This record gives sequence, structure tokens and C-alpha cells, in this order.
Amino acid sequence: MTAEPKLKVPLIELHHVTKTIGDGIETTLVRDINLAIEPGEFVAVTGPSGSGKSSLLYLLGLLDAPTSGDVLIQGRRVPPDDEAERARLRLKLIGFVFQFHFLLPEFTALMNVMLPMRALGEMSDAAMKTRAMNLLTSLGLEAHAGKLPGQLSGGQRQRVAIARALANEPQVILADEPTGNLDTASSEQVLSVLRRLVDDTKRSIVMVTHDLGLAARADRQLRIVDGRIVN
Amino acid sequence: MKLVLDIALTHVRSRLRQTLVGLMGVAMGVGFSVMMAALMEGSQRDFITQLVDALPHITMTDERREPPRQPAEDLYQVVAYSGLSTKATRPGIKNPYAIIASLDSWLDGAVAPSVQARAVIRYASRDTAANVTGIDPKREAAVSKLPEQLRHGSLQDLYRSSNAIILGDRLADKIGARVGNTISVVSGTGRVVYCNVVALLHSGISQTDETQAYTLMKTAQILASQTGLVNAMRIRVADVMSAFDVAKRIEAQTGYKSVSWQEANEDLLSALEIRNFIMYTVVGAILLVASFGTYNIISTITHEKTRDIAILKSLGFTERTVRSIFLLEALMIGLAGTLLGWVLGYTLCRMLETIEFKSPFMDVSHLPLYYAPAHYILAGLVAMLASGIAGYLPARKAASLHPVEIIRGAS
Repeated sequence: MTAEPKLKVPLIELHHVTKTIGDGIETTLVRDINLAIEPGEFVAVTGPSGSGKSSLLYLLGLLDAPTSGDVLIQGRRVPPDDEAERARLRLKLIGFVFQFHFLLPEFTALMNVMLPMRALGEMSDAAMKTRAMNLLTSLGLEAHAGKLPGQLSGGQRQRVAIARALANEPQVILADEPTGNLDTASSEQVLSVLRRLVDDTKRSIVMVTHDLGLAARADRQLRIVDGRIVN
Repeated sequence: MKLVLDIALTHVRSRLRQTLVGLMGVAMGVGFSVMMAALMEGSQRDFITQLVDALPHITMTDERREPPRQPAEDLYQVVAYSGLSTKATRPGIKNPYAIIASLDSWLDGAVAPSVQARAVIRYASRDTAANVTGIDPKREAAVSKLPEQLRHGSLQDLYRSSNAIILGDRLADKIGARVGNTISVVSGTGRVVYCNVVALLHSGISQTDETQAYTLMKTAQILASQTGLVNAMRIRVADVMSAFDVAKRIEAQTGYKSVSWQEANEDLLSALEIRNFIMYTVVGAILLVASFGTYNIISTITHEKTRDIAILKSLGFTERTVRSIFLLEALMIGLAGTLLGWVLGYTLCRMLETIEFKSPFMDVSHLPLYYAPAHYILAGLVAMLASGIAGYLPARKAASLHPVEIIRGAS
């Protein structure tokens, strides 16, 4: 009943968003960006180094707050100074995958995947474990569930990071150069997983990449130069 | 909460050696605090017990706080008087047995009449000044520890001869008297009474043992040259600490000066309070120093775990949750240190108890230690508070880290 109207609302919207850093000498990371990410859309963001790709991703993922402009999640404006609300929305609706895996080194792959679920605290321990195992299995990592990140290869770690990003069944995955540290075979594996997520589960993905070949496999490509979307 | 606990435990375990050093710091602080508190309070209680036991809890004498008004003062209203002959009053408490009966009716304790006289005691050409206290042996046992402090004799021996006397052991040593000797007691009025030494007293307080002598009341009355004289009441109360209030009530009721043991030893008690203040300051300083170790550990962990903090925050952990992780780590070190410190403190106390002190000037052959749960609770609370503060400062800094800056730096 409620799912239909939601489909008409963009998942994330940026309205005239500008991000500036520095107290004395100011640097503008992104300037006056208007963007809408629709449900089930695979968007690739490309551009030269320092153009503002990652900054755009952090603004979309509420990890950073805009200096001016508004960020809307499912049609609702997110107050930039409400840290708790931004954290709650990140936990429930957004999953991050970074170039560096950022897994907790003392936790096993399974425990790392369970981390967001435990933080949300809406499931029993058994249910969390089952979902985490299912995610690892779907990414071909069932044999590595009990291993520490240090015992996994780069590609395996990145897939664990993807599993963790999917743990709370977010509406959108924001991936910042997810294949940047991987060899060609591992990159292909990761990209296949991301593509499958869009096709099978209708989740949205915004992926920052330098690789135009990978970007070509997205539904939409955005090019950023000097903090502005030029294409 | 369980997740926060899991992460905190993982962090603490990852710096095991450093954590153990910090934990030992807190444990040493708590242990030595507990030991010091037990030692200080033990010696204080031992001192007070000796003080209280050596004397009656309250002594009522025939003196008054204010000098009695002179007849001229009642007759004439003038600014000042000079050269008046003071009206002579008969020494002693008026109607002593009526007062005793009245006090017996409400007082939770016991009252004994006594006669205080100053005298010179002579034996074998040696003499020394002494306080002679005439007592009623039947009542005396209820107001003082005299029967337990007697050596070579008992209180009932005062009835054995017509003029029996009990001497402080140091007093007897001074003049070379022994039990069975007959000594002469010379009063201030020049009256000489020959007394038979029937027992020796050892209270443990040198001033008492050097100057105190006990006789029957009638012997002291002969020395004071006043038949029927009772110039002091010796009172013991069931609750030692109530002596001050009871003394005030007795004084208000009778008009006679009543001095509690607290008032008589006011300067000593205030010295003990200062000593306690110094002790707790030192104990606080020990625990404060220990908390620096905790601060150091938590600071190191937060510094090492900046990436973890960034990822936790990007996952949706709030600043409060991140802060509570590191605060919990500090409290875990504080709690473990406290528990270990309690064991250490108790062990140290037990070890101190076994040390023997042998000296010709004192009876105490072991250190007096007092075991009180309050010492453990207080040391634990201060340790936890210090650990909490030591952990909060780096925890707050960690929680305020901007994840984007860390993620950019790591990528």
C-alpha cells in the first residue's frame, strides 16, 4: 500500500548543494549541485582526481554536511546539524563501500557483517547470524566467515565490505572506488556483485570510479569537473 | 550495549600489555589506599579506645563553668567591683546521692561517686606528687576499666585493710614500692595517712600510670579533711560517642561542670581530624596518579583506532556510542584495577598484621588495623571516578573525529 507512492519520490536529492572547506583559504569541493538518485538506479560518477567525486558521495551518504543547499532523503530534508538523525539514516538506508575495506581487524568476517545489524538492534542474534551468513554465501565467502580480515585476500575483503554494506538491507549503496585496490579478476567479481544487486534487488548504487570501462556498465554516468556536474 | 562492550573488550585485549600496566597502576592505587585507610583508622581507633578506656566517659566535678556570683553582685548594680573578699563555699557536690539517683533514672550507663585529692606519696625516702582518687569499688567497675587494668591484685583488695591503696605501676616504680609495702600519703593540708599497697595499675597511658592512685572514698575523705565529701562523679555511657551530648545535659541539670572525653581531649581529636584529611589527600593523589596511566592507554587506543572510529561512524554509529566505547574501556580498566586493588589491599593489611613491634615503651606488639567495607568502597569509587574522567577526555576527542577526513587519509 505504501510502497507505490514511495517509488515516485527520488531516493536521494541534492538541491543547490555546495561544500566548502578551510577557514582562512577556502576550497570549494562541490558547487551548486542538483542531483536525484532514483530507486533501482546504477549511477557511475567519473572525473579527474580532486574533482569532487568522493565529496559528492559523502554528501549523498550524509557522511558530510553541505555548506549550503539541501539534502533530501526519500523527499525529506535532512537537517545538516542533526548528527544523530544523519547517523540513524546512514544505519538504516545507506551502505558504504570504500576503496580501502575498513573492516575491523579484530573481528571475523561474519562479525564484521553483523556489525550494522547489531548497531541497529532490531533482530535477534540468531537472525542476524543467519542473514550475515546468507550475505557471505551469496558473495562466495561462506568458507571464510570465521576468518579475520588479515587472513583474506584483497578481493575477499572488499566482498566482505560489500556484505557489511548490505547487512541492514539499505536502499542505496555508495561505493567509492570499490575496485581501486583490486586486480582485474577481483574488480570484475566486485562489479558483478554490484550489478546483480541492482538487477535482482532493485537497490540503487552510486559508484565513484576512474575506470571508464566500469562506468560504462552503469545505467547513468555523471562526470564531475571542478566540483560541478558537466555531463 | 553488548556491541559496545564487545568492541571495547576487543580494543583492550589488543593492547594487552599496556592495559595490564594501567590496570596494575589502578590496583596499586586502590590497594595502597585501602591499606593506608586501614592503618590510619586502626591506629586512630586504637588510640581513642585507650583514651576512652583509661578515663570515665564523663567526669562531673564540683566546679562550675562560670564563677559563682558574689553577694555584693546580687545586692548592687555597679560597673565593676574590686577588693571584695570572695565568699567561701564548702567544696564538694551538694546532695551527691540525690544526683546519682536522678541520673540513674534516665542515663543509659552508670554513675560512681569519687573523691579527688592531691597528695605527696612517700616511700623509702623518695616522694612524688600523685592524684589520689577515692572510689566505691562496687560502683567503680561499672564506670571504668580499672578492674581490668589492675596487676598484682584486684579492686576488692581495697577492702582488705583499713587504708588500702592502688598505685600506678610507674608511680610505684618511681618510689620503689611493691604490693604489700606500706607507704605514707601526705595531703595538701599536711595530714599523713599510712596506706598499704594492695595492687598496681597499668592503663597504658604513661601520665595516668605515673601519677594515679586509688583508695576507698573514706580514705580520700580523710586526706581531704572532709567527712562525706564527694567532689567528682565518674560516668560511663553505653554509647561512647553520645558522651558529649550527655555531659551537656548533666551540666544543664546539675549546674556542675561535666566534661566528656571528647572535650577533655579536644586538641587530640582535632589533630586526628587533620591527620585524616592528610591521609585522604594522599590517597586521592595516589589514585589520581594511577588515572594518568588509564588516560595514556585510552589516548593510545583512540589514536590507533581512528580508522575503526571512521568506519563505525560511516556505518551509523553516533558520537555518543563511539564515546561510550572508549569510556567503557577506561571503566573496565578501572573496575578490574579496583577488584585487583581490593585483593592487594586486603593482602597487604594481613601482611602488616603479622609484623611485630617490640619496645619497652609500648604494649602494642602488632600494628592496629581496622577492616571496614567503607575503605574499599571509597577507594573503588575514587578509582572509578578517576578512570572515568581519564577515559572521557580521549573518548570525547575520538567521538568528535570527522570520518571523512580519516577516510580520505586512508584511501
